[in-house]
Amino acid sequence: MLGRTLQEVSAALKQGQITPTELCQKCLSLIKKTKFLNAYITVSEEVALKQAEESEKRYKNGQSLGDLDGIPVAVKDNFSTSGIETTCASNMLKGYIPPYNATVVQKLLDQGALLMGKTNLDEFAMGSGSTDGIFGPVKNPWSYSKQYREKRKQNPHSKNEDSDWLITGGSSGGSAAAVSAFTCYAALGSDTGGSTRNPAAHCGLVGFKPSYGLVSRHGLIPLVNSMDVPGILTRCVDDAAIVLGALAGPDPKDSTTVHDPINKPFMLPSLADVSKLCIGIPKEYLIPELSSEVRSLWSKAADLFESEGAKVLEVSLPHTSYSIVCYHVLCTSEVASNMARFDGLQYGHRCDINVSTEAMYAATRREGFNDVVRGRILSGNFFLLKENYENYFVKAQKVRRLIANDFVNAFNSGVDVLLTPTTLSEAVPYLEFIKEDNRTRSAQDDIFTQAVNMAGLPAVSIPVALSNQGLPIGLQFIGRAFCDQQLLTVAKWFEKQVQFPVIQLQELMDDCSAVLENEKSASVSLKQ
Amino acid sequence: MLRWVGRGRLWTFARVDGGSCHRREAPTGSTSNWIRGQSSVAQQPLCMTQKPRKGEHKWAAVVGLEIHAQISSNSKLFSGSQVRFSAPPNSLVSFFDASLPGTLPVLNRRCVEAAVMTGLALNCHINKKSLFDRKHYFYADLPAGYQITQQRLPIAVNGSLTYGVCAGKKQSQVIPKTVRIKQIQLEQDSGKSLHDDLRSQTLIDLNRAGVGLLEVVLEPDLSCGEEAATAVRELQLILQALGTSQANMAEGQLRVDANISVHHPGEPLGVRTEVKNLNSIRFLAKAIDYEIQRQINELENGGEILNETRSFHYQLGCTMSMRDKEGKQDYRFMPEPNLPPLVLYDATSLPAGADPQQVINIDQIRETLPELPSVTRERLVQQYGMLLEHSFTLLNEVGLLEFFQNVIKETRAEPKKVTSWVLNTFLGYLKQQNLAVSESPVTPSALAELLDLLDSRTISSAAAKQVFEELWKREGKTPGQIVSEKQLELMEDRGALEQLCHSMMEAHPQVVMDLKKGNPRAINKLIGLVRKATQSRADPAMIKEILEKKLSS
Repeated sequence: MLGRTLQEVSAALKQGQITPTELCQKCLSLIKKTKFLNAYITVSEEVALKQAEESEKRYKNGQSLGDLDGIPVAVKDNFSTSGIETTCASNMLKGYIPPYNATVVQKLLDQGALLMGKTNLDEFAMGSGSTDGIFGPVKNPWSYSKQYREKRKQNPHSKNEDSDWLITGGSSGGSAAAVSAFTCYAALGSDTGGSTRNPAAHCGLVGFKPSYGLVSRHGLIPLVNSMDVPGILTRCVDDAAIVLGALAGPDPKDSTTVHDPINKPFMLPSLADVSKLCIGIPKEYLIPELSSEVRSLWSKAADLFESEGAKVLEVSLPHTSYSIVCYHVLCTSEVASNMARFDGLQYGHRCDINVSTEAMYAATRREGFNDVVRGRILSGNFFLLKENYENYFVKAQKVRRLIANDFVNAFNSGVDVLLTPTTLSEAVPYLEFIKEDNRTRSAQDDIFTQAVNMAGLPAVSIPVALSNQGLPIGLQFIGRAFCDQQLLTVAKWFEKQVQFPVIQLQELMDDCSAVLENEKSASVSLKQ
Repeated sequence: MLRWVGRGRLWTFARVDGGSCHRREAPTGSTSNWIRGQSSVAQQPLCMTQKPRKGEHKWAAVVGLEIHAQISSNSKLFSGSQVRFSAPPNSLVSFFDASLPGTLPVLNRRCVEAAVMTGLALNCHINKKSLFDRKHYFYADLPAGYQITQQRLPIAVNGSLTYGVCAGKKQSQVIPKTVRIKQIQLEQDSGKSLHDDLRSQTLIDLNRAGVGLLEVVLEPDLSCGEEAATAVRELQLILQALGTSQANMAEGQLRVDANISVHHPGEPLGVRTEVKNLNSIRFLAKAIDYEIQRQINELENGGEILNETRSFHYQLGCTMSMRDKEGKQDYRFMPEPNLPPLVLYDATSLPAGADPQQVINIDQIRETLPELPSVTRERLVQQYGMLLEHSFTLLNEVGLLEFFQNVIKETRAEPKKVTSWVLNTFLGYLKQQNLAVSESPVTPSALAELLDLLDSRTISSAAAKQVFEELWKREGKTPGQIVSEKQLELMEDRGALEQLCHSMMEAHPQVVMDLKKGNPRAINKLIGLVRKATQSRADPAMIKEILEKKLSS
């Protein structure tokens, strides 16, 4: 049961094959077993069991709230949850218990979902590995998969298994690990430059970043307000669409949500035919740093569309190469501003120093933030200084406009969706990952994802195949603004074609044999 | 209350004046020698600095104002918290006001309408698109670490404010003056810091944090304290007429900062200082005049003016350097990403089928503008034939115009009579006892009845004054009751009066002699004696007529 998709388990709940409480308990027990993954910062066991009980009553009375009723979900620890500690994996917010729910959290609860806990991340979502939070790094469940281990046995150079675990990617690595290890059926991430899509790609999941303005940010502790969107991590595209259906829509508490009526719910038709589709391949995304495996899968995917009758076009997004620098300036500037509120007065950490206000601020912030956060605050403030504002911030805003226009031009040329890699390569071992600093890593890892955030477009990472090492590789589809449904429909068709294998974690879950019930084999393998 | 302890605090406490000086804030003629205006040429500064001594240049002062008016609204600019003065500390604080992470601003429609209304009343161009920015600085009562304001593209620009400055020998001539308005911007108010020096702690009250403010920036077209005070008073009246701000300075709903410099006319402007902490119109005038004089003295003694922030010390009557900022602050302005551009419409740009709840129509607001003070004054002059300066007085005293109009409504007396009684007698009593119109013991109806008695010649003016004095004692009697109790009716019995005149003439032969010798003024003495004998109940004109008749016979 645990290995099933949200849609499948929802059907099982409706048919009474399993009760919400049983399901909740199975997930809780798996959360305990997989504690070493460090996916969760807080496990809200009591809350989840109580919600399960209520859900069970509803099912008994035939008053189910819908597809999400009784479904265990997890939420990244940068969404405010009423009465549940929300830390952003930072000393600054350790012990902070928000008095309100983020709109997306509230919507999940209103639909009957069970909140299993708050998931780990990079401090304030600043990172691409889920390695830089105060609660330690998240381990990628694929490190312990049969697929990966078997490949490693064949490799005589492989080192000690225990120290050679892989990162999840990030910053929503906890959410990705939680879904990937079957401890819940869907999780909320946040996506500012790729933080949902990147770990989805590394953990073999669907990672969806909705259009900016489609889903409320109220209660999401901001990284970059103008780019943040709540992201959705699931095991398949239909599941993402179900969750999106629950979350999307205008929120009076978020003035940047759009009021135009949107087709709801996001039911995805099964495309029988892609011959009317035009897929764009941005040539600028073919860069030397791209691993040959990813490049090859990317081109096979394009071939697949072409062979099924779709039009596949090479398109140009000419300002792509400026994107990451531009992102850096805008991101750090907003970070500098957003982090100003953490002064130790109203909430969160406060130092013991009370010589003066300024000394108290300085010590509080020094103790509360890690080097990454402090570094971004420093550079952001530099860019916002009166003497630098025109040369950095304003210029970056202009470049941002050019980048957004690149996408508009591509779509205006007749392209329906763009197909790109999500990441340069598959997940790397932690020890490998930390050889470079956070800034370098973020610049590398966000390379294919952050431009989408600057343009506000919807994008989804779809797991495609396993690499030679037995690790997942994802590809990204980018859609027109507010054409999220169309984007997911194409992604669903593609998902069906590639039949990505389910992670095999039997050793992890020896007494949860149910996972094997649902094992799928690759019918159309894109693997080399 | 949120509190934290800190010993060496470096902030100064912006005092909130609990006193009642706001009532007495009509500009008073300054006593300093340079402030009196000699020129009445419209665009020339009324107050040309000091009288130049021989061989010396004249100094001219340049004054610009930044005025913060708290918007009168039920809820705050970006949150649903209530706005109320003197509520228990931190009782009106939403999650957004406390800047809890993840909260977002939601613009209050009422505040936008108030800004548009104010902009229109001040002849501004209303920007159909305006933007919000973040202004960053660390301060304990600014929980987010930034204030949301409109730095780049404010909601209204390029307006003007016309006000009248009193001049002439008795300050009875009103000279119209105009100050240009650079812009009006919407922004958030901060919370309040209360410093407890004894315990070395600071208490933070966030009730005010996030209340909507209109920042009105005046161009430096003013040249002295009196001009500034009069301009601010006019703005205050306009805001109150519009209802966009209660503009009560004592409650901090209207706060003024003044930028002041002096120079020799024709030469570049001097270095300016900013004077803060001006919490009444009287102090505003005083502070500006003090600062101008200080700068002149400084420069004449070979000193230099520092570009600094100064605070007005109302007890000492002087400005003092605040020294609160070490070096210049860089506010690191940035667009507010959580608020889309504020778009306003007019009749021509309004999209068809737009939801009226979601759009603001400038033309519609223009139609609802109430009568502005300048129009009210003109109407008073036209309608009641009063002098312009009387209309100024009527508007300047809170509630006086309404009182006046209520009296007018209920009395048959001539408007001129009413004006005179309200402005001289009534206002005189109020001022003497330092009372507001609302605290007056005499109601408009009572005064109206009194004026009717006077008008119908039931009582004499002198008796009327007596009745008024009785009314002021608040004994609950009507003017009619007082008149009959005190027997103040005019003596109607001509025979009796003739008798009285006759006996008075007989009792004072010397005066009669004087008169007959050709001293016509001696008759006044007789009139006075007769009036006294009637307890002022007789009409002096009638007494005079009788006396003259008897003398000539």
